[in-house]
Amino acid sequence: MKAIETFQLPTAAKVNYINAEYGLKSWLLTKDHKRIALLYLGSISFFFFLGGLYAMFIRLELLTPQGDLLSSATYNKVFTQHGIIMVFFFLIPSIPATLGNFLVPMMIGAKDLAFPRINLLSWYIYLLGGFITIYALLAGGVDTGWTFYAPYSTTFSNSYVIAAGLGIFVSGFSSILTGLNFIVTIHTMRAPGMTWFRLPLFIWSHYATSLVMVLGTPVIAITILLLAFERLAHVGIFDPAAGGDPVLFQHLFWFYSHPAVYIMVLPSMGVVSELIANFSRKNIFGYKFVAFSSLAIAVFGFLVWGHHLFVASQSVYAGMIFSFLSFAVAIPSAIKVFNWTATLYKGSISYDTPMLYALGFIGLFTIGGMTGLFLASIAIDVHVSDTYFIVAHFHYIMVGGALFGYLGGLHYWWPKISGRMYPEGWGRFSALVIYVGFNLTFLPQFVAGYLGMPRRYHAYPPEFQVFNVLSSAGASILGFGLLIPAIYLVWSMRYGKHAEANPWHLPGLEWRTASPPPTENFLVTPVVTWEAYEFAPPEETRVVGFGDEGLEAADISKP
Amino acid sequence: MADSVAIEHEGSHPALQHHFENLEQQREAGTLGMWVFLVTEIMFFGGMFFAYTLYRTKYPAAFASASNHLSLTLGAVNTAVLIFSSFTMALAVYSAQTGKRRNQVVCLALTILLGLTFLGIKAVEYHDKYVDHLIPGRLLPSRPFDASDVHLLPGAAPQNVEMFYWIYFAMTGMHAVHMIIGVGLLSVILFFAWRGRYGPEYHNPVEISGLYWHFVDIIWIFLFPLLYLLGRHLEH
Repeated sequence: MKAIETFQLPTAAKVNYINAEYGLKSWLLTKDHKRIALLYLGSISFFFFLGGLYAMFIRLELLTPQGDLLSSATYNKVFTQHGIIMVFFFLIPSIPATLGNFLVPMMIGAKDLAFPRINLLSWYIYLLGGFITIYALLAGGVDTGWTFYAPYSTTFSNSYVIAAGLGIFVSGFSSILTGLNFIVTIHTMRAPGMTWFRLPLFIWSHYATSLVMVLGTPVIAITILLLAFERLAHVGIFDPAAGGDPVLFQHLFWFYSHPAVYIMVLPSMGVVSELIANFSRKNIFGYKFVAFSSLAIAVFGFLVWGHHLFVASQSVYAGMIFSFLSFAVAIPSAIKVFNWTATLYKGSISYDTPMLYALGFIGLFTIGGMTGLFLASIAIDVHVSDTYFIVAHFHYIMVGGALFGYLGGLHYWWPKISGRMYPEGWGRFSALVIYVGFNLTFLPQFVAGYLGMPRRYHAYPPEFQVFNVLSSAGASILGFGLLIPAIYLVWSMRYGKHAEANPWHLPGLEWRTASPPPTENFLVTPVVTWEAYEFAPPEETRVVGFGDEGLEAADISKP
Repeated sequence: MADSVAIEHEGSHPALQHHFENLEQQREAGTLGMWVFLVTEIMFFGGMFFAYTLYRTKYPAAFASASNHLSLTLGAVNTAVLIFSSFTMALAVYSAQTGKRRNQVVCLALTILLGLTFLGIKAVEYHDKYVDHLIPGRLLPSRPFDASDVHLLPGAAPQNVEMFYWIYFAMTGMHAVHMIIGVGLLSVILFFAWRGRYGPEYHNPVEISGLYWHFVDIIWIFLFPLLYLLGRHLEH
């Protein structure tokens, strides 16, 4: 480590993307991918907070077996809105729209995404969808569950289904445009020398994610649109009263919404690949396997939706095939987990905050994935369908997986994004609190669910109370843990220690420019001559682009 | 990437955006972007094609009866109009590539005109359905659906005829929306073509608008047989 510490990179550039322009207009009309990432960061944080409030009400209500805090009708709305907001307005855009937006061009040595205006447009579309959904919540709420199953949603629900659906329909286009932008950028904008197999694994996982966004999201768009028309005009292909088939809705819905799980977790896997390799200071074990397993997950992910329909009149043979394919999707996921652990082996591991999240991710994702195999087995699935076992399973993937990756990545790249360091001690402390709180919240739900506690009820038999008290206690610890980074990250933007260009001493392109980077990321187009996780001696690490004083250092034609 | 580095001194071209290295890279990005977008469109229409396939199999008699009531003549004429518009579109792209401004403007204008013709004929067809009380559900509350004008084949239930018309309106309506967007897009391209913006060096906007236009055309090529032709033989 001594040799690395003596390697001093120049301080931050005087003109960077944050102070290049001032004023509200320079942010609202920006075409800089880094600024758009921050716009997204602000808006998804708002929705995360809102979704968290709904979660709080759910856990408060379930503290006691009687339905005493919320009426059953209100409770239906609360869990529905928790789901809609967290899934469509936080988890799906979380990593791609913030970290992905910020880093995809930087990691491949580009000045921006291929379509900067479309990138900005996607944020406005996201906001528009968000506003429509908030209107639905304020006007009276939705109570169909985030799954909008027909015929309840088309015919019987008395809540604001059309408005909420429209919000999801609109925000879906922001996801499509982000995915499209990433695919084109990764194909056409790579710097000279940045070959496909020199790409950081973060890029591979974002490429796979973008494929899912581009192929899946249009299907949910048309499905929700048809659902809205069905409700509006009593024309129907989903409502059995009109000769339709509600199971068709389930098929179309899960054709997107199962792959959507991979939209949430694939970027997180990309973050974890970066963190594990970089904080072990070792090349990732089996680079190509990790890279292609992302693509395999994206492809298999489209072939497993039927496991949501094991109890919904699907034929036995279809069920068996979907069961088999659901087992198959575990293979690429397991490849990743094994390769990460193999990377740790004999690595020079440092336990900084991002690494704590990455290690947490591996454990929690493994539990989430293994219980997923339980659910892929038809017999067990029939037993635990619509119980808290399912709720626990997908929270292990969505929170233990997606959220942990998001938080780990946010800490890891925070010096690059803000130009400031976050307080390391508080970071580690909150990571541990979040880990403990998360497990205390969701581990008891596996037990309660297996014993038969159904989801989506505001009251339950008293024998389940102990699990629910544990869960609610865990949720309050989790909530407290999440508040800590929210506070210190905002604090650090003003008072944090100034970050070096390369605080972690890493080879990636994003670390070879100033923190925060200049508007065009690099002063000259970098020429890549190294592999993705090639830990060269620091004095041999060439730097590219450091604002005014770094022009000399930026001349990458000299060794 | 190596091939795109070769063309370097085009940095001064007014159409080159700041974040691209050269026009070649910009062209590649634009073209790939449009192809990816068209893939999303296929998935978007795919949901409706899936629903159509499912219910056509489930209610063959009702779908054939409803399908037979559509005007084969108008549908066929519209198909010809669209195919011809794709021809003029391809000519417009060719004239842009070869830098023939006048031909370009004429071909684009013709394409737009043919697109509008298609939409006009479609409007006539929709009006016919309105006259025959075939607007499904409560889309028009004052004029409820009534299948009595449709000659029902044995085994066809009026409810499922209504479902056919819902799918017909959803699919052709969504197609028409795409046509309207296409006409708008081509109008912008026409304006810039008239100003002489496109030539052998820079014509990508014309090309990718052409891709979009052909795509919308191809959607119709699938819609026409599925909605108008299948089951005609059952009439006799």
